[in-house]
Amino acid sequence: MDVVSVIAYALLGGGALLALVRLALGPSLLDRVVATDTLLVIIAAGLAVYAGLARDPTVVPVLVVVSLLAFVGSVSIARYVGGMLIRSAAEEPPR
Amino acid sequence: MSVVVDVLALGCLLTGAFLCLTAGLGLVRFPDVLSRMHAGTKPQVLGVLLVMVGAAIRLHGWSATWMLLLVAVFQMLTAPVSAHMVSRVAYRRRHVRRDLLLVDELRTAEAQDSVHRGDEPADAPPDGRVQPS
Repeated sequence: MDVVSVIAYALLGGGALLALVRLALGPSLLDRVVATDTLLVIIAAGLAVYAGLARDPTVVPVLVVVSLLAFVGSVSIARYVGGMLIRSAAEEPPR
Repeated sequence: MSVVVDVLALGCLLTGAFLCLTAGLGLVRFPDVLSRMHAGTKPQVLGVLLVMVGAAIRLHGWSATWMLLLVAVFQMLTAPVSAHMVSRVAYRRRHVRRDLLLVDELRTAEAQDSVHRGDEPADAPPDGRVQPS
């Protein structure tokens, strides 16, 4: 059981660390949006792994909130970048 | 019986954690926004579903199971929506390696539109000079 929990947390931590690397490196805003989305979903998976391994159902509502936050965050940033796109297209001189 | 169920649940948890690791690997290794998003959504959703199944097997009581089911359904509903929106904005802002695309069906609609806009990253070459062959 201990071996399984160590392996599961190591895999999840590796995934979260790689998502953080992409979040730090990411050349554009959208790379960072994708990395943040993935990082939040990995956090939700880690909470679920903890709940399953420790048989502790108290973190399950937190999991619902985290997955909601991931969706709302990525969609709102995508709409924000799209709004910047519309504005920059409107400010361009006609050719 | 209970040993079999436990082994099944731990196998689900471990496979889900491994799929989360592959999502992180794909985020680091892949070349542009669309392929990174492919890595960040598809194996990710399968990994979260497996983790939810494992946790629902391990946890006692129906309320936790229903909440985990809610999270899984919500993940399957929202991952395509957010991926669609991010990829649409990424294509329009040209965060796409067009020299790596085999088929580009939106190309004719945007062909005349070859102006630099805003925050193109260094790895997305602009429209005009990407015709390798």
